[in-house]
Amino acid sequence: MKRWIAFWNILRKDMRTYYLKPPNVSWGIIFPLAWTGMFFIKSGSGLGSIPTLLPGVVAVSILFGTTSMLAVTVTFEKKNRSFERLLLAPIPLELLMLAKTAGAILFGVANAFVPVAMAAGLADLSTVAWTAFVPAVVLISVASTFLGLFIAVAVSEVFEAQTFSNFFRFPMIFLCGLFFPVAKLPVFLQPLSYVLPLTYGADALHGAVHGGNAMPILNDLAILALFCLLLFSVSLRHIQRRWIL
Amino acid sequence: MNEAIRVDNLAKRFAAVEAVAGISFTVRRGELFGFLGPNGAGKTTTINMLIGLARPDAGTIRIGGIDCGANPRAAQHLIGVVPDDSNLYPELTGFENLCFCAALHGLDKRERQSRAKELLHYFGLAEAGGRKFGGYSKGMKRKLTIAAGIIHQPEILFLDEPTTGIDVASARHLRQLIASLNRAGTTIFLTTHYIEEAERLCHRIAFIVAGRIVRTDAVADLLQPLQGRHRVQIACGAAPEPLRQELPAAFPELEFAFPEPGLIRVAAAGPVRVGPLVRFLEDHGAEVAEARRLQPSLEDVFVQVTGIETDQMRREKERKGGAP
Repeated sequence: MKRWIAFWNILRKDMRTYYLKPPNVSWGIIFPLAWTGMFFIKSGSGLGSIPTLLPGVVAVSILFGTTSMLAVTVTFEKKNRSFERLLLAPIPLELLMLAKTAGAILFGVANAFVPVAMAAGLADLSTVAWTAFVPAVVLISVASTFLGLFIAVAVSEVFEAQTFSNFFRFPMIFLCGLFFPVAKLPVFLQPLSYVLPLTYGADALHGAVHGGNAMPILNDLAILALFCLLLFSVSLRHIQRRWIL
Repeated sequence: MNEAIRVDNLAKRFAAVEAVAGISFTVRRGELFGFLGPNGAGKTTTINMLIGLARPDAGTIRIGGIDCGANPRAAQHLIGVVPDDSNLYPELTGFENLCFCAALHGLDKRERQSRAKELLHYFGLAEAGGRKFGGYSKGMKRKLTIAAGIIHQPEILFLDEPTTGIDVASARHLRQLIASLNRAGTTIFLTTHYIEEAERLCHRIAFIVAGRIVRTDAVADLLQPLQGRHRVQIACGAAPEPLRQELPAAFPELEFAFPEPGLIRVAAAGPVRVGPLVRFLEDHGAEVAEARRLQPSLEDVFVQVTGIETDQMRREKERKGGAP
């Protein structure tokens, strides 16, 4: 019970001090709006293109929302040593880091539903398979957050966290099949797509929204879950090695 | 069991630097134990290993009887930590910071709010409790950081340089608070480079220099060898440099030290006759302003044990911007 009191309070503090601040809330609304608008204008095929654009916009909203927030907040707390206060709490490191990442995961999920809400006003989403869509959104959010954690433990300055996040994020927009299929990429780039977690998340979202998946959705979700486990355990090992010297 | 902390052959190296070189000591329950040394002596590395923020290369640590070798975080429910930096959350109020720290230790909502109010009152911060921590003065920040360290009523409290960088009045108030916490039964492990602070507060002291403990003893026992010594301090304006050599030659029965420009300390096994000294100084161009007898202090023990002059310690204090 005591551990869960700590867990809940870390999550609540992060939500209050970082994620629910006006700049982040406005980011969560403006960013998906800008991406949707950009691709909507670019496609030139009217409202009918919304279902095919939606998975990409959802995925990119989650990716950008979670990785930057977590990488920056953790690096910031590490830099001003308030993170030491968390490391001194009598709770297991795994639970501590889950508490620290839970806020970013929820922020990512909330970001995902901003473009969904906008799309619902413009297109018919009745054919969306929500039972696949929601788990895909959650898993993409978890994987992106853990990617942010992985970045946070690899750097020591806030600006490095930003730079390092962009190093991962921008290639993922083009390599992961968000807005055009992986199969259309040059052959030499395709293997790279399959080592990136967002490829599987985007594929599951395409499958859930308009049936345009290249792999079975269950496989996508399972591989995404494996990426989550891998990123979390590698990050924990790095924390133990680099932060508990 | 009477030992709150037991450390055996603890060692830590950072690349080529041997930060802590196989130190051993025990801290008894209810004791206020001082860990003294100059900057870079290994104090913070030692404290980090004790609290689980650093992994020892060798040696064993037992906190409250728990072996922390296998898991450095195993005894964290027993300890409270006040780091040398006031590392609370600037965007939270004093009250929220304390409640958050209490929640990290699993206190329920009613308990943490009542403890937070109690501590804000105890530390004289009741009126500032609703203000953001980022707007506090240095002294207020240190007080709140100490309050955060004890909010869960730990058996053992680690205080790392608690009065560094704060004004004299706040430092005095903090020392009173530390003493009263200890009287209430909390075992305290205090690192400081303010020798007079350690002398006033601690029961026992370990001196650490270059990663090695050079002496551990009760304050009274540390001072004992100096009790029979007679010491005088002479303040004089602009004493000519050659006096450093001429004084020992003229008064071979006396020992001289020159801790800083314009100060001469004289020690002897018997009473020091001040008249001839003052005449000698004035004859050699020094204007004597004052001569007074000194009581033996821990500072003298420190100099004797470590070989480090106190002016070096003072420069460290000044660099850190602290007040003794």
